[in-house]
This record gives sequence, C-alpha cells and structure tokens, in this order.
Amino acid sequence: MRLNLQPIYLTPLVVSLFFCFSSLAYSAIDTFEFDNVAQEQLFYDLSKQLRCPKCQNQNIADSNAQLAKDLRNKTYELVRQGKSEQQVIDYMVARFGNFVRYDPPMTPATIFLWIGPLIFILLAFYFLLSQIKTQKKQNDPLDEQESARLQKMLAKKVGSDKKRREENKQ
Amino acid sequence: MANTRKKLFLSAPLVIFVIGIYFLAAPLFKGTDPRKLDSALVGQRVPSFTLQDLYNHEKQYDAAIFKGQKMLLNVWATWCPTCYAEHHFLNELAEQGVYIIGMNYKDERSKAIKWLTDLQDPYQISLFDKNGMLGLDLGVYGAPETYLIDSKGIIRYRHVGDLNKNNWQDTVLPRFNEME
Amino acid sequence: MLAEMGQFALAIACMLAFLQTVYPFYGIYTRQQSAIESAKILTVLQFLFVLLSFLILSYLFLINDFTVAYIATNSNSALPWYYRLSAVWGAHEGSLLLWVFLLSFWSAAVALLSKRLPIESVARVLAVLGLLSLGFYLFVLLTSNPFSRTLPYFPVDGRDLNPLLQDIGLIIHPPMLYMGYVGFSVAFAFAIAALLEGRLDSAWAKWSRPWTMAAWIFLTLGISLGSWWAYSELGWGGWWFWDPVENASLMPWIAGTALIHSLAVSEKRGVFKSWTVLLAISAFSLSLLGTFLVRSGVLVSVHAFASDPARGLFILGFLILVIGGSLLLYAVQASKVKSRGRFELFSRESMLLTNNILLIAALIVVLLGTLLPLVHKEIGLGSISIGEPFFNRIFSVLIVPFSLFLGVGPLVRWKRQSLSELSKPLGSLLILSVVLTVLFLVSFASHFTWLALLGIFLGFWMLCTNCYELYLRATHRFSLLKGLIKLSNSHWAMSLGHAGFAVLVIGITMTQNYSIERDVKLAIGESIAFEHYDFHFDGLQSVQGANYTGNMGIFSVRKDNHLIATLKAEKRIYTVQRMPMTEAAIDAGFTRDLYIAMGEVLPDGAWAVRIYYKPFIRWIWFGPLLMALAGVLMILDRRYRTKPLQERF
Repeated sequence: MRLNLQPIYLTPLVVSLFFCFSSLAYSAIDTFEFDNVAQEQLFYDLSKQLRCPKCQNQNIADSNAQLAKDLRNKTYELVRQGKSEQQVIDYMVARFGNFVRYDPPMTPATIFLWIGPLIFILLAFYFLLSQIKTQKKQNDPLDEQESARLQKMLAKKVGSDKKRREENKQ
Repeated sequence: MANTRKKLFLSAPLVIFVIGIYFLAAPLFKGTDPRKLDSALVGQRVPSFTLQDLYNHEKQYDAAIFKGQKMLLNVWATWCPTCYAEHHFLNELAEQGVYIIGMNYKDERSKAIKWLTDLQDPYQISLFDKNGMLGLDLGVYGAPETYLIDSKGIIRYRHVGDLNKNNWQDTVLPRFNEME
Repeated sequence: MLAEMGQFALAIACMLAFLQTVYPFYGIYTRQQSAIESAKILTVLQFLFVLLSFLILSYLFLINDFTVAYIATNSNSALPWYYRLSAVWGAHEGSLLLWVFLLSFWSAAVALLSKRLPIESVARVLAVLGLLSLGFYLFVLLTSNPFSRTLPYFPVDGRDLNPLLQDIGLIIHPPMLYMGYVGFSVAFAFAIAALLEGRLDSAWAKWSRPWTMAAWIFLTLGISLGSWWAYSELGWGGWWFWDPVENASLMPWIAGTALIHSLAVSEKRGVFKSWTVLLAISAFSLSLLGTFLVRSGVLVSVHAFASDPARGLFILGFLILVIGGSLLLYAVQASKVKSRGRFELFSRESMLLTNNILLIAALIVVLLGTLLPLVHKEIGLGSISIGEPFFNRIFSVLIVPFSLFLGVGPLVRWKRQSLSELSKPLGSLLILSVVLTVLFLVSFASHFTWLALLGIFLGFWMLCTNCYELYLRATHRFSLLKGLIKLSNSHWAMSLGHAGFAVLVIGITMTQNYSIERDVKLAIGESIAFEHYDFHFDGLQSVQGANYTGNMGIFSVRKDNHLIATLKAEKRIYTVQRMPMTEAAIDAGFTRDLYIAMGEVLPDGAWAVRIYYKPFIRWIWFGPLLMALAGVLMILDRRYRTKPLQERF
C-alpha cells in the first residue's frame, strides 16, 4: 500500500533549517545607487561585517532573509545620510546587541582572544629557552637508565654478531 | 622537584580540556538555543514611535501607552505560523487579566483584522507596524517575540518564540511577577 | 529486508570492533601470541562488514527505496544516479556511516600495511582504533541509524537531496574531509599505543609519519575543495567565512601541520617527543570536537545538520572518554619521556619549534574564536559574534613571523648554525624579494595598500629562500642539474610544500586586497563597463534539468573589443523542495576570475546581477594542491619503502 503521505519527520525544525538554507542558496543581490565610490565601498564593508540575527551564520550581504533585507536597506539609508562606519555599527548594536557585529567588542572575556595566543607564545618561548639552558648544563645527554639500556643492546648485538660469525664459520 | 613540575606542566592540557568541556556541556544540558538572543534594550525605555491603530488608521499612538501598568508587548504577524500556534495561549492570558499590547509586524491590515476577528483579540491595544519601524528599533528579529514592560515603560525581558503554558510558568511568569 | 541486513552487518561490525579492542590487550596482558595476532584479522573482518553495510545503503539509494526514512528525506527518483550515490553522505546518519566506514578503512590499512612493525605494537594500535570505531558504531546504531524504516506508511517519492549538495564538489568534498579527520585517528592510535607501552622513540615517529602525512593530504584537499565549492556554488564570491564548521576543519589541519613538522624533528633528532605526542592527540581530538560542534547544535552555523540533543550528549560523553582519557594518560606517562638530542638556540630544531609555536598560537586563535561565544553567553555577558574582521586581523599579524621563519628555517642546520654565515645571503634574498614584490604589484595591483605589500613580500620571501635552499643543497656536492636530480623525494616535498604555502599567501593577499564587486541592474541588450572589461547581457534562455527548471543568462565579456568569454549564469528552481539556487558563471584565469551571479528579475524586466573581479583567487586552491602533492612525494620517499632497519631497540 503506497500512500502519498507527508513524512511525519517533517518537523518544524527541519522546515526552519531548510528555510535558512534556502536563503543561503543564493546571495542577495540589490541594485542600490550610491553618490560615490567611497560610499559604495562603505556599504559593502558594513554589509559584510554585520550579522543577520535571524539566519544561521551569515552576514546581511549574503543572506536573503527578510530581516537581512531590512537591515541592508537601513544600512543603505544610513550610509546615504553620510553616517560613518562606527555610527552605523553603533546604531545596529543599540538595537540588536553585540551579536550583530562580526567584530566583537572588548569585554572581560573577549580580551582573551588576543592575550590567549600571546600568553601561549611567551610561555612556549620561555620553555624553549630554558630547555636549551638546561641542556647546556647536562653533560651526558643520555641518562643512566637509557645508557644502561643502550649498553645492554650493544652487548646483545655484539653477542649475536659473534654468534652469527661463529655460525658462519661452522 | 623538577619531576613534579614537569608533571604539572604535562597536566595543563587536561586541565584546559576539563574547563573547556564544561562550556560545551552547559548549553547542552540547559538546552540553550544559541539562536535566541537577549534583547539589547533590556533596562531601557521603549523607543519613541508613532504608529497607527490596527483597526483605525486615523488613531495614532506613541510610547506613552507603555506607562502606568506592567504589560506584555507581543509582536506578531499573519505570515508567521508560530504566531498562530501561540495565539490561543495569548487569549487565555488576556482572560486571566494580563494586559497585552499587540504589534502587528510587517503585515497587511485586512489580513490582520480578519485574523483577530476569527481567532479572538487578546490585545488591549493593537499597533500596526507596516514597515517594521518600531520593530527595527526594538531589535525584533523574528516573530513572535514578547517583551515584558514594567509600569515605568522600561523593557525588562524579551521572550523569543511562542509563549506556551510551559515556558510561561517556568521563565516568563516569575519575571512578570517580579516587575513593578 | 536489505536495509535490515545493512543494519545487521553494522551491528556485527560493532561487535567485531569490541573484540578488536579487548582481545589484543588481553593477549598482551596474558602473553598469548594468538590473541595478539587476532587483532589484524578482527580489524579486516570489521572493515568487511561495515563495507557491506555501506554498500547496502548505497544500493538502496540507487534503487530508490523510500521505505528507508533516511533515503526518503534525502533522495528523489528524479535525482541523477551519481547524486543519489553521493546523497548517501548528504545528511547526518549517512555521513556518520561514511565516517565509521573510513575509520575501519584506515584501521584495515594499518593492519595490512604494517608488516614490518612488531606485531605487539600493531596490536596495540589496532586495539585503540577498535575502541574509537566502537564508539562511533554505538553512536550510529543508538542515535542515528540510517537504515530505519518509514513503514507502514511510506512516501511515493523522496524529499530530494538538498540542492546545495547537488554539485560535483560536494560529491568528493565530504569523503576527502572525512578521510583527513579520521586519518588522524591513526596518528592518535600510534601515540596512545606508544604512551601505553611507555616507549616513545624515533621509531614511533618514523612509523606514524607517513600515516599522518596521508591524513593531512586528504584534509588539505578536503578543505580546499570545500572552499572552492563554496566559492563557485554559493554566489557570494567568498572562499572562507570563518564559520564554526569551517573552523572545525581548520583546527585539526593546523594541528596536523604542526604534527608533521614535529614528527620530522622527533624522527631525525629524537627531540620534542612529548610535544609531538600531544600534537598527535590534539589533531584527532580536534577532529572529534569538530564533529561535536557540527552535530550538537550548540553553535550557530551555516552548515548545521539537523541537530538533536541526544546526539550531542552522546558525542560529548565520547569526547570526554577519548580526549580526557588520552590527556590523562599523557599527563601520567609523558613525564617518562626523555629527550636526548642537544641543540642551540639558532638551529633547525628551534626554527621548527618556533613555527610549531606559531601554528599552535593560530590554532588557539581559531579555537577561542569558535568557542568563546559559548563561554560569553554562559558567563552572562550576552551573545557575541566572532567573525571575519577579527580573524583576518589577527591572522595578518600571525602570518608575518610565521612566513619569515618559514623562509629561514630550511636554511638553518640541525643542532647549531652560526648567524653570521647566513646573514649575508639572507640580506640578498631580502632585497631580491622586495624587488620582486614591487615588480609584481606594479604589474598586477590597481592601487597601493600596505597589507598587500606585506603579504606579497612574505610570499616572495618564502619563494626566494626556498629556491636558494634548493640551489645550496643541489650544488653541495654535484653540479646544479645533477644535484637537483639527486635530491631526495622528501626534500622536494619540503620545497614544494613551502612553495605551495607561498602561493596560497600570495593568492589570499591579492584576493583580499584587490577584489571588486558590483551589484548592477542589467536588461537584455545592455552592457556595463567593469574593471577594463565590458559585460554585455546577450540574452536569456530557459533551462530544464532532471529535477529543476530555470533561466540562463548569457553574457559576453569583452576587453578592448576582444571577446574574452561567454558566461552562462543560471537561476534554478529545484522542483521538489521549491528551492531557488544560483549557478554562478565563472571565467577562471591564472591571474583573475570573472564571476557573474544572477539575482532576481526586477519589476521592469531587467535583472539584478552581481559581478566580481577576483584577482589570483585560483592560487588559493592551487597552493594547497601543491602542498598536498608535496605530501604525496613525502610518502613516496625511499625511506618509507626500503627494507626495515632494526628499528626497535
């Protein structure tokens, strides 16, 4: 029995996922007119560093979601009014929060984005230098245990070589 | 001595991992949806606006309507399927005496009026935000959204997604009761 | 019936994986040779069963069996057969099956190709791999079974594969990427086995090196394929977005890159061994972390799979077990490792470690940048986004010392190098690179920017020092030509790999600094002048594909009245999912791409069209291709083919 049923697993979640994917499937293309090249460039820069809050993870330039369109229009309007890059970003952050900008502000947590790698680099170089220093102090690079093992191995090898030679003789 | 130091040093990756795993586990156990954003306007006044009444385009409102008592501001639209699911619960809330202002967001007036006539109107006032102007100022990023506004007209909380019995009891109502 | 057989085969493979984990360890513990030797057989058997399961799923896709839920959601009878086949890994369940399939493929390869290695070591490695497989089998069987049925009611036709995935790039990209991710499990297993045995020596480094390299090659190709696909398919003109899922693939790549370099030092000089082990653990752990991020839904990403908290919890548990366990083992056992080689501050060893440090710093940047939004929200500071502006800024800082050291490193001798000996040639190379940079920018750049100057300089610096090093090495004993022929494969591999990176840096610099994009309105018959080119909208055709309909815009591009290219950009609607898609048209070139994507038709009948000019963007994929080739050369080196020396002592 074949029934043309909508599969039951067609949950709203899946639908919303597809919705967002569909906005991914093709970039939004508008035909805005600008006063000059600098203004056009500013608009492109802004639309690339503002995040569409509705979408999965897309800037407002790439998304075709309605909200992204609205935000693009607003950005265009503000840019045409002669607002600076920072002013437009502030305008958006005041309404949608820091989530809307891809360039995170300095907060007690985001500071680690910068000092985290720095601390690692400093620690690692300190470690490298101290390693070289201690190496210089040590006379024998092989420690006792290891040299003992080496001795044993050599002895074995010599022994087995001897054995082989003897076997060859026979 | 040197060996203990070495051991401590070598356990550093493990320690970092344990800390990291906490932050991976926490959202999973709490069921935090990374797509739900806190409103940037919490603690601030409702932005100023002038909007028409949904039913009567000659009647206009401004931010003064948000003063005098605590209330909900519900953002909805007829193109939003979740709003449909939520509507019944809003009716229930209105019957319980919760003061709700509705904002019809980027919609068609006639459709919206038909929706409210068919499904019952839980809103004390219905604002009509055709171009999404107030929506943009509020930072609405998807309907439905519900704002908790205190008697001084200050936004205290935003709930994203549909209101239902569960999340009303668990998260929204306690905050609503807390407000003045 | 077939689907149940597939599931059954998977269950058997799962049990075999369990035996593969337990039995060899039991054998080693009780000194039973037969139990130890069973590891190889169990591994191969396990592989055969999961192969069977994989083939069954592929076959079910081919015959359009929509009674299987996974097939009903991800395929359609109108879908061309090759996309039906690639739809096997088009969504969560199937891609996990691919993952376990590849994991057992690698395990079987280790079992069959390590004849020279002592059986006990191989058994340990295979047991660790078995444990990993076991985890993933349980994951598939318990949370994501691709064979579950939709009975008794099943749809007449499937919901179709996401149109985005209907592309040749997406047929090969996931298997490549997974080969890379999963391939690091071999290096991981070697490291864990060595830690368990308490014996980390040069032989260990030598054994794991070709395996690590193989995985790295696949990952390199997989990532660049993904980037190329995103560029050519999505109509956004970008090649990297710093999306969490992209970052999830970049992190193991960076760790893997550090690992192949560190392994070289550990093999040749016997130093940095505990560091190398940590990298081997990290590379695979980061692959696992990536899987978690993609499939748990804790982060917002464009590539999200339909996420499910139960799956998230399972992987999280597995993550804690595998990564936590191995780091614990590392903390306990690595302190026993002694490094024997001695070297001075200015030596090849230090140079390689420096680059390792910078690579890991970059890794930390990506890791923090990906996970910090989670932490930020969790500690109550609110939602933030960390994206392109941040990553681009910090990476343009990190790339500078990295590239400078990369240029110098190969010229520096092992153990000790006198600075004065190198300072003169380095000075000349510096001047040469600056001259080449200026010449390059004068010929190819439209205007001056400091970042472009810096980036191109770094690229040429690496190329120049690379050529000089080859020259030095070749003329060391022979004439130049003879010397070049005599150079070992692995030496060529180093040169080629570094040249590939230089090409990548030049490509990125040019693309990032000199790309131009315009959104324009064009009606049929109209033209627009754009960056020395003239784009003319010739006409519109309707197209009819197997599972889509659409419009094709035909544009002719002229330069000085010469026809350069005819570009055919499409706008498609996929019939089943009613999903619009852009097929961008690209005129690819050695020094630039011209790129057209169709937008929507405007009320007056004209079309919104996006045009890009992307200088040197091909170099971004050509560079990694060179790096991957370099990896192949490395594996082919004589050293890994000749009869074994007495490696174990």
